[in-house]
Order: sequence, then structure tokens, then C-alpha cells
Amino acid sequence: MTVPRPVLDVRGLIMDFGGLRALDNINIQVNSGEIVALIGPNGAGKTTFFNCITGLYEPTMGDMIIHTPGKDPVRLNRLKPNVVTENGLARTFQNIRLFQKMTVLENVMVARHCRTKSGIAGAIFRGRKTLREEQEMVEHSYRLLEKVGLDSYVNELAQELPYGAQRRLEIARALATEPILLLLDEPAAGMNPKETHELDQLITRIKEEEGVSILLIEHDMKLVMSISDRIYVLDYGQMIAQGTPREVSENRNVIKAYLGEAFDA
Amino acid sequence: MKTDWKPLMQRVSSEIIKSIVVSLWFVFLTFPLMVMKIRPLDQTIEWRWMNLVYVGVGAFFLSFVWRYLMARKERGSEKEEGDSWQKRIGMKIRSDKRVSVSGLIGVGVFVLIFPFLFSSYQTSIMITALMYVMLGLGLNIVVGLAGLLDLGYVAFYAVGAYFYALMNHHFGIGFWAALPFAGGLAAVFGILLGFPVLRLKGDYLAIVTLGFGEIIRLILENWNELSYGPSGIAGISRPGFFGIELTLQQHTVYLFYIMVALVALTTIVVSRLRNSRIGRAWIALREDEVACQAMGIDKTRTKLTAFALGATWAGFVGCIFAAKTTFINPASFTFMESAMILSIVVLGGMGSIVGVMVGALVLILLPEYLRAFSEYRMLAFGASMVIIMVFRPQGIISGIRQRYEFRKQAQQEVSP
Repeated sequence: MTVPRPVLDVRGLIMDFGGLRALDNINIQVNSGEIVALIGPNGAGKTTFFNCITGLYEPTMGDMIIHTPGKDPVRLNRLKPNVVTENGLARTFQNIRLFQKMTVLENVMVARHCRTKSGIAGAIFRGRKTLREEQEMVEHSYRLLEKVGLDSYVNELAQELPYGAQRRLEIARALATEPILLLLDEPAAGMNPKETHELDQLITRIKEEEGVSILLIEHDMKLVMSISDRIYVLDYGQMIAQGTPREVSENRNVIKAYLGEAFDA
Repeated sequence: MKTDWKPLMQRVSSEIIKSIVVSLWFVFLTFPLMVMKIRPLDQTIEWRWMNLVYVGVGAFFLSFVWRYLMARKERGSEKEEGDSWQKRIGMKIRSDKRVSVSGLIGVGVFVLIFPFLFSSYQTSIMITALMYVMLGLGLNIVVGLAGLLDLGYVAFYAVGAYFYALMNHHFGIGFWAALPFAGGLAAVFGILLGFPVLRLKGDYLAIVTLGFGEIIRLILENWNELSYGPSGIAGISRPGFFGIELTLQQHTVYLFYIMVALVALTTIVVSRLRNSRIGRAWIALREDEVACQAMGIDKTRTKLTAFALGATWAGFVGCIFAAKTTFINPASFTFMESAMILSIVVLGGMGSIVGVMVGALVLILLPEYLRAFSEYRMLAFGASMVIIMVFRPQGIISGIRQRYEFRKQAQQEVSP
């Protein structure tokens, strides 16, 4: 643990939408076993950053590299979203994007897709290999649901879950892809203080038990300050501060970005 | 007691007034058509006042019944009463092995003795219905599971039919040899259609697939050297039966059993696909394309397999169609066919296998048995479609099947 081993290394990331520079020269590193937070006012470019590294947007410039243990580093630029996921990056969405008309268990099973490989013939003839793979898929998914505390909802439709449970299901679904880095986009949005507290514990537990690093976008400062090892602050596409929670909370630029110029006077 | 009835009476009287307005409107609208009859030769006008009364009374009653049903439906959705009894019956069928097995055996026996119970005309209609069951199940993969609105499905049907017809015409290849290749060729065409439409969805996809269907039909109509144009291909061989000559009636029975076997095969394959890794990827793609990709599913490949596997069944049915009618021309493969198959899927219940079967039987058999009403046949047919869609927008049977199976699996795991 002496030298921090990077998991995600983003350098000089620029994203232009026409004439608008949404992200300007962003450098972000996430090390193995870290919980890193990305914060900033609305419209700062946080979700754009997520969309860039997960392959939904193609960045204008910059390098995004993922280091999987025991494998060569992979450059994520120009990879399709599903290939990015195969390389160990999984995400949740700010506005929940579950498969509404599938059951909770199926939602997680879908995410096992990229780690399984039975094909059309397997599906039709249901050979022993396919059945075993299917069984493993169900067991693995069920275990993840237990972990996030949704095992009692297994057969409910995703759309019928309470809000907080839907957020946790998104996390379980992302975990099912066996990521090395989990990207959480505002996991606590719309949660009450009790749920947020449970989420805090869940995220820490996931980090410990699943051995994933976590990069999260969040507006709930209490949550961010309590769980993150390091924080990056974005404003209008610029990186305005970075450091430990304490450093960031004392940074003048950050206070200005959040509270406005009037504070200065 | 009287006070309890007051709001209800008020409601009823307001509905009656609305219905009267509706009936007056209809009387006004149909007045020139139903009441006045002009005799150009005598240059006189016959006034049929009785028709006015019929229209008025009829419209009043229909409107009132309609309003009553709508009100009941609204109440039902508030309490979710309607859903629960259906769910309960569904659960009962699925959970109780005796009910499902005996039901299945009953249907199986009925189907097997069907040709001996009914005339060969009835059997022939049933063959057509079964063909549409298969087409519906195929399109159900594309539309119901993968959520890709395909309005040109008939193109694959045409590909299968023309493949067998041409092979038979030029090389004398028999039905059984052509059948698998007809399906395979249709799958290839499915992929050919799939590539250009990968980026499209919803309305745009619908329009492009519609165009694709028309292109295939126009090629068949105009490329005389290949397809013999509008005059079509005649004298296509019927399916061979171990080299034994069959009479026309025996052929019908034989084809009926072929169809039953193929429908059974389709059902098994489609239901297995639906509950497989690929089937779940299709449904995920339908539910949310972005999330689906983010979960590591290759969108391109998933869409193409859906198009290919959906088209395969149309290819098979096309081959059977050519063998059944022994004559095909492009007029059999118009947009109306695509619309019909799509109606079967939507009306039956998207994603539900039993629903699609029921939908096909209703939509194909209803117009046949409505022949008694002669010219009102299509009117009644259209009206019944509208009524089903208004009162059951999710289709006759909604696709809730696979969920129960997973519950059982999960419980088995929890217990040990």
C-alpha cells in the first residue's frame, strides 16, 4: 500500500459540444481501493465526464486509461459503451435507468451478460453448459441483491420498487458486471437522511467486500465529506480544486463556486 | 337510503344526456346517407324516416353501453380488481401442474383430431390461422421482445415463399429440402435489413422497415426475369409424403399436421429464447438502450440477432405458404399483411406467447366466421379491434409469464 496503484487515469480531457467547451483539460486519477468524489454546481460537467469515460460521448481530446490488475492498460477512447464495461468500468445513472418491466433479479442478470457467453444454440437446446451458466448467473445475482438488501424483492418488477430501493438496485446491477471501478452518478439524489446514511455504509461495504474503487458524483456534502478519500471539484468545465475533504472544504475557489462572488466582498 | 342513490342517479342522468347528444349528432351526420334516398331517374327523393329513428336509438344505446364500460374500467383500474383475478388465474395455471398439464393435453388432443371433426374447408382456414400464429411469434421477437417496430415483416415472408417457389420451379427441389434454407435465407435478409437501421428507433425505424417491405414487393413485381412479375409462379409442389401420392384432402390434413408441429417447435424455441441470456438482452434493449449498453450488452449484435431470429420464422411460413397455395404472386405480400401480423402481436399482447397465439386465432378466424354478416364483416372486425385496444391496451394476454419461473428458481436456492 505504499505506492498508490492507479485504476483510472484521465489526462487532458476536453469535450466540446459545438462551440461550447463542456470539459476543459480535466485530469483525474482514481487509485485502487479509493473512494473519490467529483463535485461541483449544477451544469459543471460532472455527468458529461461520466458519459465521456463510459463511451457514451466521444471526447474531443485527451487520454482515458484503465489499469486492470494483471492486464495491459486499456485506452478507453473511442471504445463502445459495452466494451468499456467489459474492461471493468460500470456505472449508475443520475435519473434512474432500470429495466422497468423486468424483475429485480432479471435486472441484475442482464448485467451478467458480458461475463457469460451462451449463445443462440445454447438457449434453444439448453445443454448442460448453458444450464450451469444460467444457474451461476441466478446465484451470483441473488448474492448481489442480498448484499444491497433487496433479496426480498427478487420477483417484483423494477418499476414497482420504492425509490431508494431502485437506487440500490442500480448499484447491484452495476456490480454484476464485475467492475474494478464503480461510477456512481448522484446515488443519494432524492433520498432521505436515513436512506443516505444507509447508502454511506453500503458504499463503504461494497468497496471493502467487492474490492472495487469508487468514483462518485454527489451533491450531498455530508455524504461526500464522510466517505471520500479525495475530492475533485468542477465548475463550468474547469477543475477548480482537488484534495482531501478537509482541503477542499477550505478552498476559496470552491466556496466561491458554491456560494457566489458575494461571499468575497 | 334515498340519499345514497342520489349521486348515482345524477351520474346516470348526466350520462343519459350525453348519450342523447351523441345520438343526435349521429342522426345529423348520417342524415343524408341513411334518410334521403335520391332516385335520379324519377327525380324524386324518398324520405326514410324510420332509419332516422333506428340510427338515433342505436347510437344512443351504443354510446350508453360504451360510457358504462369506460366507467367500469376506470373504477377497475382504481382498485386493480381486474388485474388481480387475471393474475390469480394465471398463477393458478402456472403453479398447479395438474391444471396446466391437463389443459395442455386437452388442447393437444383437440388439435390432433381437429381435421377429422371438421371439414377440409375448416381445416384449411385453421392452417392459415396457424401460419399467422407462427408469423406472430416471429414478429413478437422483434417487436414484443426487442422493441424494434418493424412494419416490413412481410418481406421475409415473401423471401421464404419465393425461395421455395423458384427453387421448385427451376430445380425441382422439394418442400422439405427447401424449408430450412428458406428460413436461413430470411435470416440473412433480416441481417441485411438490420445493418442500415441499427441507429434508428421508434418512428424512424418503422418508416425504414416499411420501405424495405415495399422494396422487396416492388422487386418481385418488376424483375420479370427473376420472379415472373405480377403473374407470379404457378404449379409449386405440395409437401411430399414419403413419395406417396395424396389427394387434395389428404394434403390439407397433412399440411395441418406439419403446421401444428412447426407451431409447437416455434413455441418451444421462442419461449426458450425469451428466458435466455439473449432474450433478456432483447428485453433490456427494449426497456432502455443506454442502460443496456452500459451494462455491457453489444447493441449491434443484439439487434441483429433479433432481426435474424425474427425473420427466420417468416421464411419458414413463406415456404409453407407457397406449398399450400401452389401459386404465389407479389399481391400476397402487401403492406396489409405486415399490418395484420403486427396487429396480431399488439392485440394478443406484446411479448406474450399465448397472447400472440390467441391474437392470431381471433384476427384470422373472426373475419372467416363473420362471413355470415356479409358486408358488415370488416366493420365488425375493425370495431372489435378498437374495442380490445380501448379496454385492454396491454393486449388480450399480457406477458407476465416468465416472472413466476424466476420466483421458483430463486426460492429453490434460498431454501437449501
